[in-house]
Amino acid sequence: MTAFGKLIRTTAFRLTLVYLFLFALFAASLLGYFAWNTRRLITEQITSTVTAENAEIADIFGRRGLRGLVFTIENRALRPGSNLYLVTTPTGQAIAGNVGSLAPGVMAATGWSETAYRRLDDQDKADHRALVFVSELSGGFRLLIGRDLDERKRLFGIVLKAAQWSLLVVVVLGLGGGVFVARRVLRRIDAITGTTQRIMAGDLSGRLPVGRSGDELDRLAENLNAMLERIETLMLGLKEVSDNIAHDLKTPLTRLRNRAEEALAKSGSEAEYRHALERTIDESDGLIRTFNALLMIARAESGQARGNMDNFDAAEVAHGIQELYEPLAEQDGMTLRVKTAPTPLRGNRELISQALANLVENAIKYGKPTPLGQPLSADAVAAPENREILIEARREGDQVLLSVTDRGPGIPEPDRKHAVERFVRLEASRTQPGSGLGLSLASAVATLHGGELRLGDAHPGLTATLAIPAGLGVSDALAAQTPDVPQKIA
Amino acid sequence: MSATDSKMRLLIIEDDRESADYLAKAFREVGYVADLAGDGEEGLVLAESGDYDVLVVDRMLPKRDGLSLIGALREKGNRTPVLILSALGQVDDRIKGLRAGGDDYLPKPYSFAELLARVEVLSRRHGGPTEETTYRVGDLELDRLSHRVSRGKDELTLQPREFRLLEYLMKHAGQVVTRTMLLENVWDYHFDPQTNVIDVHISRLRSKIDKGFERPLLHTIRGAGYMIRDGIR
Repeated sequence: MTAFGKLIRTTAFRLTLVYLFLFALFAASLLGYFAWNTRRLITEQITSTVTAENAEIADIFGRRGLRGLVFTIENRALRPGSNLYLVTTPTGQAIAGNVGSLAPGVMAATGWSETAYRRLDDQDKADHRALVFVSELSGGFRLLIGRDLDERKRLFGIVLKAAQWSLLVVVVLGLGGGVFVARRVLRRIDAITGTTQRIMAGDLSGRLPVGRSGDELDRLAENLNAMLERIETLMLGLKEVSDNIAHDLKTPLTRLRNRAEEALAKSGSEAEYRHALERTIDESDGLIRTFNALLMIARAESGQARGNMDNFDAAEVAHGIQELYEPLAEQDGMTLRVKTAPTPLRGNRELISQALANLVENAIKYGKPTPLGQPLSADAVAAPENREILIEARREGDQVLLSVTDRGPGIPEPDRKHAVERFVRLEASRTQPGSGLGLSLASAVATLHGGELRLGDAHPGLTATLAIPAGLGVSDALAAQTPDVPQKIA
Repeated sequence: MSATDSKMRLLIIEDDRESADYLAKAFREVGYVADLAGDGEEGLVLAESGDYDVLVVDRMLPKRDGLSLIGALREKGNRTPVLILSALGQVDDRIKGLRAGGDDYLPKPYSFAELLARVEVLSRRHGGPTEETTYRVGDLELDRLSHRVSRGKDELTLQPREFRLLEYLMKHAGQVVTRTMLLENVWDYHFDPQTNVIDVHISRLRSKIDKGFERPLLHTIRGAGYMIRDGIR
């Protein structure tokens, strides 16, 4: 498409054409109205003066007879101007006036008519037009009084010219303005298109130019930029995930392969083969678990799991998880205690349960008091209050807080942000089994719900808190649940 | 393991030839009659004509996808239990599968032990009434109405969750139940705990029902899960 073609296809230019047409129509009708009214006014003026003069001359004829009439007419006919006079005898002979010739039959009928005429003293041969009034006087004489219509014609000419010029000006200005506006818009659109093409080509850091006028194009550009920002974050997240998968799944895969190779190379007994195969299966189960957790995190982070939201009580989730993990904790010499109040919440129940389960698993694994990390005596380590893990569900402002507190060594302040990242297993935990994805999954779940995972110091110990906005419709949920309460009690 | 009286008939609808053959072979080895279908249309025709005890249906199939196949079957009043296999292992996907008329859902990759355990449970559920009020395994007795459990002459005291765990195990007595099946059916969680949390619950239950008795009833099936039955394997 040529530059001109592009220009005349712009919305701005097309709008200009529409307005141009409307303005031209407006100007034409205005001038037309003006011309028509002026013409009417001039005609009215002629009619009234001619009628008055006719009465005056008829009066003179009545008082002073034919002599007085002829004298008056001759006198007036000589005056310069556009006045026409003619007096004829009953036989149609002209006896006074300044009219040389008339269209035939004009003198035959009385009353108003428009006619071509020529003056007696006219040098040129051109016909003029006039509005005339013919009346019959007593004795069969006829009197014609008229006014030349040139003035009316000239005025009409002026109006016509004005119309032409104004139309020309409107068209030129309109087209010029249209081209100017269209080019301005086109330049900005071209800039946006150029940037989007660069972005499509792979440069995700590109942003659209935003002007300072704050008009609709700027707002559009701002919104598109916000969208690009989100896409870039997601892409970075994806890249990070694939990097981490590449890095951290390769290690167990290599281990798996080495083991299989080793078993194959050694000619062992059936029991040895069995053992090798069992370990292979265990290892691949671990891999599948890690993979599932990664997919879950990616899904939560991309916001796909936003469906499946329902209203439930976070306290029930806390009790459910406590019930599930209590024997495990007890086996490790720990206790799980729950402290909750009814805490309605809107969210994905399954994911929030899993996030809380991960926090509890972490607390059981890493939350044992250790004399190494802290100045605790052996007695303090064994003290029951130090072997307790507390699960809390409560409401704070608009947020629901689901927290797990242990009395273990905690996580030092500088490491906390790091701990949430994928696959990070702090030095102390390397010996424990696990994928290192527990905290990052919990964090992703919190993010999905518009909240966050907070790690804090419990002096001593770690408090991991899922802070999640209670969500829309919670008041509805409360209202819906309230009537149920008496029934439950009953 | 089971399927002793008359042979169970199984239809596997899976487009990947290798895994289909592997599954058919594995099921035949444990005494099933296993038929194969390679795409959704063929699967639908076979499922309608054959008298199968369980259908194993892959979620993504050529010609007609798994969910639509199940929908078509159910619409025609065919109630054969269906287990859905899917590479999409997410929570909402599972819900979608069950809503479409599936009876159970297993994400890929799965272990054959897990699949077998679930198929056994499905075929049993289809086969006969199991909603008895009292379950008996050896001298262990569980009354579902009064919530009483006894072994021999001893009355056993169980926590509510332990009761539900035992109830589920006894309902499927003689069948292997896996850890995920327990987590799904007794606790209603569908995630994968990173720890051996179910094993701890089982060992607690075991200490209540088997400790001090000569014949153990609750057995661990290596690489698969647990089974309650009278007598040693």
